[in-house]
Amino acid sequence: MNKLIELKNLTKNFDDQQVLRGINLDIYEKEFLTLLGPSGCGKTTTLRIIAGFEEPSDGEVLFNGIEISKLPPYKREVNTVFQKYALFPHLNVAENIAFGLNLKKMDKSVISQKVERMLKMVGLEGFEKRDVTLLSGGQQQRVAIARALVNEPKVLLLDEPLGALDAKIRKQMQVELKKIQQEVGITFIYVTHDQEEALSMSDTVVVMNNGEIQQIGTPTDIYNEPENRFVASFIGESNIIEGIMVKDYLVQFDGFEFECVDKGFEDNEEIEVVLRPEDLDIVAPEQAKIRGTVRNITFKGVHYEILIETELRTYMVHTTDYAEVGREVGLKFGPEDIHVMYRMGSY
Amino acid sequence: MRKNSKFAGFYMGLIFFLMYLPIAIVIIFSFNESKLPVRLTGFSLKWYQELLQDNAMLEALVNSLILGCLSCLVSAVIGTLGAVGLSRIRWKSRGVLEYISILPLMIPEIILGMVLMAFFYLLGLPFGMLTLLIGHTVFCVPYILMEVKARLVGMDPSLEEAARDLGAGPGRAFWDITLPLIMPAVISGSLLAFAMSMDDVVISIFINGPRLSTLPIKVYTQLKTGVTPEINALCTLLLIATLIIFLIYTRITKNKHK
Amino acid sequence: MKQYRNLIKPYLVWAFVIIVIPLILIALYAFTEDGNEVLTFSFTLENFRKFLEATYMSVIFKSFKLGILTTLICLGLGYPLAFIISKCPEKSQNLLILLVTIPEWINMLLRTYAWMNLLSDNGIINRLLQLLGISPVTMMYTDFSVLVGLICNFMPFMIIPIHTSLSKMDKSLIEAAFDLGANKFQTFTKVIWKLSIPGVLNGIMMVFLLSISTFVIPKLLGGGQYMLIGNLIESQFISVGDWNFGSAISLILAVLILIFMSLMKKMDKDE
Repeated sequence: MNKLIELKNLTKNFDDQQVLRGINLDIYEKEFLTLLGPSGCGKTTTLRIIAGFEEPSDGEVLFNGIEISKLPPYKREVNTVFQKYALFPHLNVAENIAFGLNLKKMDKSVISQKVERMLKMVGLEGFEKRDVTLLSGGQQQRVAIARALVNEPKVLLLDEPLGALDAKIRKQMQVELKKIQQEVGITFIYVTHDQEEALSMSDTVVVMNNGEIQQIGTPTDIYNEPENRFVASFIGESNIIEGIMVKDYLVQFDGFEFECVDKGFEDNEEIEVVLRPEDLDIVAPEQAKIRGTVRNITFKGVHYEILIETELRTYMVHTTDYAEVGREVGLKFGPEDIHVMYRMGSY
Repeated sequence: MRKNSKFAGFYMGLIFFLMYLPIAIVIIFSFNESKLPVRLTGFSLKWYQELLQDNAMLEALVNSLILGCLSCLVSAVIGTLGAVGLSRIRWKSRGVLEYISILPLMIPEIILGMVLMAFFYLLGLPFGMLTLLIGHTVFCVPYILMEVKARLVGMDPSLEEAARDLGAGPGRAFWDITLPLIMPAVISGSLLAFAMSMDDVVISIFINGPRLSTLPIKVYTQLKTGVTPEINALCTLLLIATLIIFLIYTRITKNKHK
Repeated sequence: MKQYRNLIKPYLVWAFVIIVIPLILIALYAFTEDGNEVLTFSFTLENFRKFLEATYMSVIFKSFKLGILTTLICLGLGYPLAFIISKCPEKSQNLLILLVTIPEWINMLLRTYAWMNLLSDNGIINRLLQLLGISPVTMMYTDFSVLVGLICNFMPFMIIPIHTSLSKMDKSLIEAAFDLGANKFQTFTKVIWKLSIPGVLNGIMMVFLLSISTFVIPKLLGGGQYMLIGNLIESQFISVGDWNFGSAISLILAVLILIFMSLMKKMDKDE
């Protein structure tokens, strides 16, 4: 796959506040890339710089190798789906979708053909003459997607497009968005703070915090091999324990040494270990190194969430087995369940 | 993209300059020695002194102040009750009533003035303070009503219900809860009404009668004969008074959003 | 909540006696003669016929001409200003809008009078022209001076509603237009202008209404002989004493305004 967009050392200051602190990111053709992070992490600003609504304070935006950070949005081959859709209230559905094509002075019959094809793709056939202000949130969302895609951009930018929808429609739209992306075969850059959304739709997830990229990787990588405490705690629930990497494939925490699958750290480096709650098993005390007492058990629908208090900390376990409060238990996990990451100073 | 060009700034400055230039000139020439509004000959307060000795003018001022305060008070009561009442009724005629409530602001002042003149004449009311007072409520009430209504719309209806729930009688709930909450709107509406009353020429001129003069009418009749520095001085004083009222008004309306 | 319904009663009485009855009365006057005497009404259309005379028609015509001209100039000058203000940062926007509204609080007479200082034959503008070696121009008591007075008095009524519609416009709509390939000019004509039309219509309505019915401004800046509809009505009531004819003119004015307003409303809906 070819590189389409390169962000090079991008920074952005609003007044005296630095919202982007040096973003370096390559975005490839036909990729579904998600910028994920809590609000204020700089993900929307990054998107707006790519769209051309903001100019970076420093750094470069390369599009097909050409620097475009000074180019106005209407000259860029990208289109945006806005958070609150931003449909023009004075135009009907078809006129909204045709807005960009009309500006290109395209032939009327070509335009109506294209509009129709788009409406079909987003499942709104027959909606041409409808008033956009009277559509439901999900329908407005589809019109917004059609309005952007009809211009055949190389990249579609989506700024928390599902944020305003209710849970059920959101799930449905996730599936549909992915389908549409595969159908049109262009790059999608998607901004969200919802980790589940990011993991289920993306080819690549970029986790951001505090104006910096924390980790770039596939959803599986991000979930299974978080690079630092922020990523581990932002994505899914986890037990994060400080420890020492004794040597390759051997880690020490909570007073015991465990075999693991990680290597490449310095010997005796201070690290942190992530243990996902669903990777922990509850066994008889004598079968495990780490032992503790069941303090609390909550039924979560599919599994139980069990809090186990050991001498040093409380572990969270997700399991389908029941364990009554007060029981002495052991915590068991295999080498592949231990994820070792670099220790961060401030978290 | 949200930045204005230099030209835009220049344009804005020009329009504001044209808006405020005449007013600035009035102020400057009110302190001018010469009688002619042309050349600045030196600083002087003599026009203010002359103004203070002009008994007819002072009488008109007193009339205006009395009229302004009275019409403000009467309108505040009628307007507030009207706004509260309008918000509570579920009659079908509510739409019509709401329309009537702003009607006086939609009808040209001159028609209102003329209508009132004919009406008072038919009733046989002698033209004077009473007719002026009634006439001024015509435009004062809608201002107060609109301000209070806007405030009521933004008010949480459960506040009053909570008071009732805690054992307050309906009168008590209104007096202790609703009234204090809408008070800023009543006051700001009244200030607006007061300013409008002090300002009104068009309606007053129809219904003031031959003997009674308000300040604006006095100014109007003098202006028809031309410019005098005394009027400059009077206008400057009026301007200061208006600005004070305006500042209080903005203070109140700002606070009520908190 | 029923208890509070009674609160409305004083207001209802007031509204009925002071607003509704007098308005009906005017219609009565307009269709009768010698209305000054209460009990001797007799029906007539004479007042309306009289109105069709050339002298009166020319007054109507002049009023409309000045009203439309004032409205157009206010729109032409006010829209850019409202637009510029709406693009300023929020804090300065409030201040600028305050600056626009302050003149509205200042006595209309004062604002009008202020122009007399400037425009009169030996006023400040002519003095400046003299200094530049240009012979003085008569500006006072002409259409020009009246027009200037009308524009300056009523400009804020155009700026405020336009600014309101511009500032409450969702900024992402403008970004969306840019994003879809519209340059600044196209974004303005295809999106911003279209969305501000309700504010524009509101402004037009206000300014036109005010300028067509005024009589103080033309009297002061146009002189005693200057006649617009407002002056005509005033003179019928105050100096001539033909109340029936005055009522008829008012009624016609009211009807014209109603027609104008419903036209505006219709345009607003069509948008």
